[in-house]
Amino acid sequence: MITFTVNDETREFSGDPTTPVLWYLRDEMQLTGPKFGCGMGLCGACTIHLNGVAQRSCILPISAISGSKITTIEGLSKDGEHPVQQAWVEHKVPQCGFCQCGQMMQAASLLASNQTPSDEEIVQGMSGNICRCGTYPRIHKAIKSASKTIAGVEYYVPEKAGEKV
Amino acid sequence: MSQYFDLTRRKFLKSSATVGALVLGTCFVGAAPRVMAGILQKPSASAKEANLFVALRPDGIVEITCHRSEMGQQIRTAIAQIVADEMEASWDKVVVIQGKGDLKYGDQNTDGSRSIRYNMQRLREMGASVRYLMRQAAATRWGVSLDSCSAQQHIVSHSSGKTLTYAELVNDVLTITPPETDKVPLKKRSEWRYINTAMEHIDLKDIVTGKAIFAADVLEPKALIAMVIRPPVVGGKVKSFDAKAAKAIDGVVDVVEIPAPQGAPFFQPKGGIAIVAKNTWAAMKGRKALTVAWDDGKNGDYNSETFKKSLLATVASSQSSVRSIGDAESILAKDSDKLVADYYAPHLAQAPMEPPCATAMYYKDHVDVWAATQNPQADMQTVGAMLGMPKEKINVHVTMLGGGFGRKSKPDFSAEAAYLSMKTGQPIRVQWTREDDIQHGFYHAVSAQHIEASLDKNGAIQAYLHRTAFSPITSTFQEGATKAGSFELRLGFTDNPINTPNMKLENGEAPAKARIGWMRSVSNIFHAFAIQSFIAEAAHKAGRDQKDYLLETIGPDRILDVTEQHADYDNYGGDKSVYPLDIARLRHVIEKVADMSKWGRKLPKGRGLGIAAHRSFLSYIATVIEVEVSEKGDLKIIKSWSSIDAGTVVNTDTVINQVQGGSIYGLTAAISDGITFDKGRVQQSNFHDYRVPRMSDSPLEIDVEIVQSDAPPAGVGEPPTPVYAPALCNAIFAACGKRIRQLPIGDQLKA
Repeated sequence: MITFTVNDETREFSGDPTTPVLWYLRDEMQLTGPKFGCGMGLCGACTIHLNGVAQRSCILPISAISGSKITTIEGLSKDGEHPVQQAWVEHKVPQCGFCQCGQMMQAASLLASNQTPSDEEIVQGMSGNICRCGTYPRIHKAIKSASKTIAGVEYYVPEKAGEKV
Repeated sequence: MSQYFDLTRRKFLKSSATVGALVLGTCFVGAAPRVMAGILQKPSASAKEANLFVALRPDGIVEITCHRSEMGQQIRTAIAQIVADEMEASWDKVVVIQGKGDLKYGDQNTDGSRSIRYNMQRLREMGASVRYLMRQAAATRWGVSLDSCSAQQHIVSHSSGKTLTYAELVNDVLTITPPETDKVPLKKRSEWRYINTAMEHIDLKDIVTGKAIFAADVLEPKALIAMVIRPPVVGGKVKSFDAKAAKAIDGVVDVVEIPAPQGAPFFQPKGGIAIVAKNTWAAMKGRKALTVAWDDGKNGDYNSETFKKSLLATVASSQSSVRSIGDAESILAKDSDKLVADYYAPHLAQAPMEPPCATAMYYKDHVDVWAATQNPQADMQTVGAMLGMPKEKINVHVTMLGGGFGRKSKPDFSAEAAYLSMKTGQPIRVQWTREDDIQHGFYHAVSAQHIEASLDKNGAIQAYLHRTAFSPITSTFQEGATKAGSFELRLGFTDNPINTPNMKLENGEAPAKARIGWMRSVSNIFHAFAIQSFIAEAAHKAGRDQKDYLLETIGPDRILDVTEQHADYDNYGGDKSVYPLDIARLRHVIEKVADMSKWGRKLPKGRGLGIAAHRSFLSYIATVIEVEVSEKGDLKIIKSWSSIDAGTVVNTDTVINQVQGGSIYGLTAAISDGITFDKGRVQQSNFHDYRVPRMSDSPLEIDVEIVQSDAPPAGVGEPPTPVYAPALCNAIFAACGKRIRQLPIGDQLKA
């Protein structure tokens, strides 16, 4: 039996321990924010937070998350209030939107570890996430915006994701 | 990349160590299935149809139908903008309903950058008609003249000052016979309040909160998951298979053979063996456990290296003429100093972020399909044909598309789902993996081109010969076809804007040994690459500035009608009196982008500017790229600028976003690995060997200016793409003197 939390809800799993977390979230919990893009950790569409840090859920076996906290885009904020989500709206980043949950989860994790990333640090931090619509210039600008508003934000502390609203 | 992964791994280890101390809190955001929202929202039962695109609810809420597929171009928003503007609907009282596949809408094929071009006029009329009815209903209620009533923002006002809301008039409106559309006054452009603005798109909030519904996010019906192993070679078949190990996997419920297609590919599934399972992971494991022996068929010899040689050999000799004026051949035959260049570009895969996916439920007398499709009517046709059912019995519900780029107008995946549902009696979702997408696509054609030009004493092109050969899209619809259709040649080949007294354009035949399909801007990509690179090469030979030479080469402002030069040219289906090929507009975007990029400025060593301009899908665009090439040959794109003239535009921010994104999509042609074949099999499989642009490859700034124009609306989604690779290669030449004639660039700068 593997126990963990997803968006602060305690969950137990006793099935195939090699199941990637992505498929548990999507097939078992109907959390469809994390997307399937490559299955090899190459594109970032499936990005979630494992204890507050961005991870590719398509290659993360469920056996590895025992005792851990998983956060998906559905748990990043109650209704899109996270500074990253707000910056995505402000800059009208998305086109098709398919990769954007992964992009935002990656950006939130990046900003949690470095609230004022340089241009180059943003590129480094985000180049594992592919967007075929080509929204990279807007993603970059949105992260710079979010970095200005995220300082001192109380409701989202990655290490304690979800404890405060 | 590597630093990124190191960073997360380090954080991962650190965080894991603290896990034991975490307190498991209570749930504050729902993990429960949420109510279907957004694109699958159904029309209200109480709404009454005012016309094909507008329905009115008793409370005044207006339902506007979007019959085109949403794949990031914000067509759902644009259609609502047009209708609501003419209707004078208040934006907060508008709901967009996604139209199912239905012949009543006319064309629903969301490709060719034509949703606005085909629909703007009638959508305006539909909106204006409802506004007219509202005024008429109020006039009748008040017993006053129609002219004394005006409508604004969901309210009809009389000149006396009294008002009625649209909600109060809904029932009256539905009793009035709508007037003929030519009797309905349309707004003046100056009165538009939504059209030609940068309104926020309607699905933005759903996207940033993870609620937007893509094909794999459809939760009703709860489907079994199918994964299919398909013949690795086009035209191949299953010889034999062993499913024993696959069936033993927990969660696998069925193994079903999908029959091989008959005749030309069309959009038929490739056939193969499907694993049907209770969940995706079981389906994946089941597929891996299958053993299949294949009969490769006649395409088992397809090898990209050999094929490249044959294409280059084809364009080395005389081929069928598709446009000619003067006598280019004899001038070129006499010129010992002519400029000669061969260009080559490989197959590409569209690789939308969302791999193909569809859910189907088969009933005795009809089928429901939920699909990420660019053309639901093609799903009706393809599914109907596969199941032996009339297409009218196929209900196609269109989800959000996680990118389309042409791949999703070919609904083989929907037919797979429907066939499997018929065979199993269960709702089935077919999920393609990235490997499936890369290896079983409808590919952008591989191409070779040969160009020769003779320059006169002033450096101007006095004779021009251009041959193109590529595996044609016609082969997808006609078995064994080797001749390109004029609909492929008119994509940037027959309509080149070069002003010269002597021109010969020729097309050589080429077989297709893979399924060929359109990809964002189609053969414009390789044609613009060759033509715009060649013009820059000629500028260099003539010792001229690239931009000045380009302007001189396209010649004086005029309307160019290539049919006068013996070309078969349908102008993208656009009436040439409405959408002429107007050299003045091409010149204007070139001058504009030169201005934006401060063309001609002095650059540090290793930097260079490149320019390219092209008309496609009836729009004009010019792009300048600034690059830096290091001494080791590392390429960095500093910035790019684009000026686009697409005629009338509906959403200015969407146009900018499309130009930015279309630019980066065009970068794929230059820097991706390309799709290659050996023994008939695609040699790439996922994003590690079919690399696509990442943020680290892309410019962080792409400045876009839209030419404000009253011309009729033209295409937006595709035109930004073809100019990008040639502008980039021209910039590289300016930076380091290396001329790229073969794509991808690969390690050519390292040599």
